This record gives sequence, structure tokens and C-alpha cells, in this order.
Amino acid sequence: MSHDEHHAGESSNYLNHGKGIMSWLATLDHKRIGIMYLWTTLLFFFFGGIAALLVRYELIAPGQTIMTADQYNKAFTYHGTIMVFMVIIPLIPAALGNFFLPMQVGAKDVAFPRLNLASYYVYLAGAALATSTLFLKGVDTGWTFYTPYSIRTGTNASMVVMGAFIMGFSSIFTGLNFIVTIHKLRAPGLTWSRLPLFCWALYATSIIQVLATPVIALTTFLLFLERAMGIGIFDPALGGDPVLFQHFFWFYSHPAVYIMVLPGMGVINEIIPVFSRKPMFGYTAMALAIFGIALVSFVVWGHHMFVSNQSDLANFLFSLITMFVAVPTGVKVFGWVATMYKGRIIFKTPMLYAFAFLFVFTIGGLTGIFLATLASDVHLTHTYFVVAHFHYVMVGGTIMAFLGGMHYWWPKIWGRMYNETQAKLACLVIFLGFNVTFFPQFVLGSRGMPRRYYDYLPEFTALNRMSTYGSWMIGAGLLWVAIYMIYAIYRGEKASSNPWNAMTLEWQTTSPPHHENFTTIPKVTDGPYEFKDA
Amino acid sequence: MGNKNHHAHHFESAAAEFEASKQGLWVFLVNEVLFFAGLFVAYAIYRILNPDLMHEAHKYLNWKLGATNTVVLICSSLTMALGVTAAQKGQQKKSANLILVTILLACVFLVIKYFEYMHKIHEGLLPGGLFSYHEPIHPKAPQFFSVYFVLTGLHGIHVIGGIVVLAWIYMRTLRGEFTDKYFTPVECTGLYWHFVDLVWIYLFPLLYLAS
Ligand SMILES: [Cu+2]
Repeated sequence: MSHDEHHAGESSNYLNHGKGIMSWLATLDHKRIGIMYLWTTLLFFFFGGIAALLVRYELIAPGQTIMTADQYNKAFTYHGTIMVFMVIIPLIPAALGNFFLPMQVGAKDVAFPRLNLASYYVYLAGAALATSTLFLKGVDTGWTFYTPYSIRTGTNASMVVMGAFIMGFSSIFTGLNFIVTIHKLRAPGLTWSRLPLFCWALYATSIIQVLATPVIALTTFLLFLERAMGIGIFDPALGGDPVLFQHFFWFYSHPAVYIMVLPGMGVINEIIPVFSRKPMFGYTAMALAIFGIALVSFVVWGHHMFVSNQSDLANFLFSLITMFVAVPTGVKVFGWVATMYKGRIIFKTPMLYAFAFLFVFTIGGLTGIFLATLASDVHLTHTYFVVAHFHYVMVGGTIMAFLGGMHYWWPKIWGRMYNETQAKLACLVIFLGFNVTFFPQFVLGSRGMPRRYYDYLPEFTALNRMSTYGSWMIGAGLLWVAIYMIYAIYRGEKASSNPWNAMTLEWQTTSPPHHENFTTIPKVTDGPYEFKDA
Repeated sequence: MGNKNHHAHHFESAAAEFEASKQGLWVFLVNEVLFFAGLFVAYAIYRILNPDLMHEAHKYLNWKLGATNTVVLICSSLTMALGVTAAQKGQQKKSANLILVTILLACVFLVIKYFEYMHKIHEGLLPGGLFSYHEPIHPKAPQFFSVYFVLTGLHGIHVIGGIVVLAWIYMRTLRGEFTDKYFTPVECTGLYWHFVDLVWIYLFPLLYLAS
């Protein structure tokens, strides 16, 4: 890998290769498609965030504050649906993954560029269909669409489930593309044991996307038919089985947790060695652990259904297998900590987000044990404890990692640096805000406050108020990030091709990268984390 | 497009692109298997919970028409396989004719299916709340017809999709776009078509011969 620095002022890159709006909308360049995904998912992140702030504001005091109970049901449904289907699932794979996976394997593009572009428009169509209901009757089922209520509700549940159905195809297309890209387009010398762990994580994610997403596609399709013509598969009034819906739904939606979390782990896997200046501890174990998690994720869905009349034997088995998730997850956490041990840690913003990730994700993982345990789950299920748990896992696992990855790769994407001081302070605000928002919810839940309720008993007021204040901190922190990151694109200091001295291939080309990523296809002779200065 | 040894810029050779396309199609088929698997699971659950249901309700399906359709689809798989072989050898004319026969057989399948559906609709042997057969069969019979219509309906949609893709491949073959060096779309369509047939081969005994 030679360091041929082209120091031409405005060298040719993917951003100035082709001008005009059509050069973006019809692009087949994985980097531009990644950018389109990035802005679109962030736009939905903004909408989902507004919905969250509204929900929290309503809960600042018991009784009605700013909205009616009906509006409240819709607000939390939109928050959940938008955040899960339109933000967290595509955020890292489709935005950062699209941009960096082909670069990390030393390819010019993904295997099927047209399919990649199609996946973006399919996503957009599904998201538009689902969110257009905001201007109609809305939807009030919660993001889980549990039957039989989702069959009976007079709101636009059909449009939203069809939106989720359509977005599923986008997810499948992305997964398929990544699998083939990793298999067939690796640069010479890039053996499987030299593959960056971000690619390993996206590979495992893609497998889950291809295997689990068709099941949610079928489920949402059946729910649509149930609503449209009463086919009686899920509707108990017609002899159907509403618990079957829950099985189908969680057969997808538990693995989907790992569609959200594994890419986040992949990002952390890149950041920690680079900012510890040490090779990844236990590279092989780290890669295998990703697949361990993916594998186990397919056989634990029943832990969402301990109170659904599932048989005792099924409950026992699902509880037991769920505990096994802790093993590969533990391997990952120990691997990260051991990588940092005796490393020269550089406290730059991406690394701070990696710390935030570790802290938040560990709490999220450990509180999962309370919920995997049958006896305590019966007490805690349907309470705020569950809400706090999955926000620690999904926001901690995905959003913290995404923010880390966004800071890590921003100089490569735009060729500009962001303001380091502001970034560190904003990270602190988000981290504190996150814990102020969600930690009280563990306490609220364990004291019996049910989730999704519009009103609560007066003794829960103080903790709810604290949680709402925390949500404002998160909002302010994210707004701050948006401001200095967008500023950086236009006015930031010019970034060098490899500001963090990383070894993976995306850093061995110019910032921003050339239209075809590399001027010559790189030859790989070393592992991804073999730092020369270590 | 259409140029003899054409391959996309990000592949090093046409062979590499062919391998990638084929792998992509296999991954897609795995995804399709999981899509149908959900319905087979629903079938299995209703069957385990009501062992007599399938036994009672399957009698109302016309196994003769089902068997005819099975034969039609197996024949279409054969003509498709021969068409792919012809394409690999560069025998475009032969390949085009075989693909055309495949399309016609697929249409025969749909016509037979149409008459089956019409008969069921006429009798009121319909899913869930639409069920209105004149005499009692089994309390869960509407669920059997839900599974029947959704499974065969989704399979039918796949057949229609197959016809569209086959027609497109047929046009391209007539235009002479494929050679003995470049026949990826023909081969991939062939794989897809075999998959569609295979789903039916499972559907037929499970639904029509469920005793
Ligand atoms: Cu789960």
C-alpha cells in the first residue's frame, strides 16, 4: 500500500464526480447511495426524536399535559415504528456500511450497484407509505402491531404494516448485496482472517437480514390480509390464533435486535484498536462471537412471550437459551477491554463514544438477564423496566456506536475535520442525558409503572420528571452534533487521508475518496489492526 | 449492454461477475425459502392442534386438478433446464423456443388454478370470515382454507413473476443478447423457476393429499 498523496487542491473525488441533482438520484456509486441513506435516515431520526420528546413531555406530570390519550398512543407508536423500521435498522448498514464495506474490502463498488440503488428507493417508498398516515388517521397499535387489537383498530394500521413490509425488501437487498460483495469482491491478499471486524459484523447482520426479514414480510402481509378480508389466521373471533402472530413477529424482531446491534459492535471493533494503538485482542474469537450471537438470536424469540400462554417447557427452554447470549456477548466485551489494556489510549471523540457504548451496552445487557429470568420477568414485563432495558441496548448499542462511527469516518466522507472540543462536550451531554432519561425508568419499572400508559400514580412524578429533563439533554446534545458536523462539511479544516493512522483500506486512499475508491486496487499484506507504531 | 464479453467495471472478469450473480440468486432463494417457511409453520401448527382438520378439509380440494398442475410444472422445469443448456451451448433459437414452451406451461398452470379458485369461491370454501359453505365441515375448516389460499396465492404470484421474467429473457434471447460466454440471466431465471416448481411439489401433497 503506497502513500501516494495527490496534493492537487481540488482533486477528483466522488463528491465532484458528476454534478447536478440527477447525478445523485440516479447514482450507482455505493458512496453516494450511502450518503443518500445517511441523510434520509437522519431525517427520520429527527421525526422519531420529535415524537419521543412529545411522549416524554406528556409524561412530565400525571394527567393530561399537552395531548389527549389518543394522541399519546399515536405519538409513541410513531416514535417506535419510525425509530425501529426507518432509523435503527438501516442506519449503520445502509448508510455507513454502504459507504465503507466496499472500501474496506478494497472493491470499487458493491456486487450489485443497481440493486443497491433500488433498495434505497424501496426503503423510501415504504417509509413514505408508513409516515403518510400522519396526515390521515394515524396509527395507535404500538410498533409491535399485536393482534387482535391491530386487526380491530380503526386507524391506518394497514398502511403502516405494508410500509414495514416494503421496507423489509430494502433490508433484504442490502443484506444480499453485502454477502456477495464480501465473498466475491475482496482485494488480492485480503483473506478471511484479514477481514476488518466491521465487515464481519455486517456479514453476520446480512445473514440475519436475509433469513429473518422474509418472516416479518410474511407476517405483515398476513396481518394486512387479516384486516382487508378477515382471513382468520390471527383473529381469534374467526378461529385464528393471535399468539401465532407473536411467534412470527418475534421470530423476526428478536434477531432484528441484532440487525441493530451487530453493526454497532462492528463500528466499536474498528474504533477501539485504532484509538488504543493495539491489535484487536482475540481477533478470531471476536469474529466468531459475532456469529455466535447471530446464531443464538434465532432461537430465543420466545423470551418476549413468557406471559403469552406459551407452555412451561417452552418458557424454560427460551429462558435458558437466552442466558447463552451472554457468552458471546461477554467474549466481545472482554475482547474490547483487553484490547485497551496496556494500550496507548487516545481520547478522541470516536473513542469517547466507544466508552459510552461499553458503559450503556453493558447495563443494557445485564438488565436483560432480569428479563430472561422467568420469575422476575413476570413481574417486570410490560413495565418501564423493559423500556429502559431496550433503550439501553438499542440506543446504547446502535446510536452511540453510530455517533462514534460518524465521527470516526466523517473526515473520510467529506475530507474535513469536525471541531474536536465541541464534539467531546456534545458527547458528554448526550451520554449524561441518556442516563438521566433512562436510568430512572429502571426504577419506575421495578416499582410497577406499566409501559405505554398515558397516566401514572403521583408517587412516580419525580422520576418521570427527571426522565423528561434527560430527554431534553439528549435532544440538545444531538442538535449540537448536527450543527458542528454540518458546519464541518463546509468550513471544517481539511482532513488528511488518514487522520487516525488506521490500517484498514478505506484510509489508504484520498479523503474524500476517488470515484472508484482507489486509483489502483490495493494489495493486502497484513491484518487490519497491525499498527506499525504499536 | 448486449456486447459479447461485457462485464461491469467493478468485476475483474465476466466469469467473476457470473459467479457473483449466481451467488446472489442463491442467497435470494434462501430468503424465499424462509418466506414460505413461515406459512408451512402455520400449516404445521394448525395441523398439530387439529389433527382431524386436514383430513376432513382436504377432501374439498380437487386432487386431480392439483396432480395435473404438478405434472405441468414438472414439465416446465424440464423445458427450462433444456433451455438453459441450449443457452450455454449458444443455441439461441432452440433456447428461445424452450423458454417459450416454459411460459406456455406456466400459463396452463395458472388457467387450471383459476378454475380451481373459481369453483372454491362459488362453493363458499373461503378463508376465515368469508367461509360460507352450505354444510358444516369442521369448526376450523376456514383456517384450512386460509392457509390454502394464502399459500397457493403467494405461489401463484411467484408464478406470475416468473412468467414476466421469462418473457423478458425470451425477448433478450430473440434479440441475440446471449452467447455461450454470457448467459447469466438465463441461468439465474432457470434457478428461480426450479425453485417455484419445488415449492409447489411441497404444497401439493401437504394440501391435497393430507390424509
Ligand atoms: Cu428478544
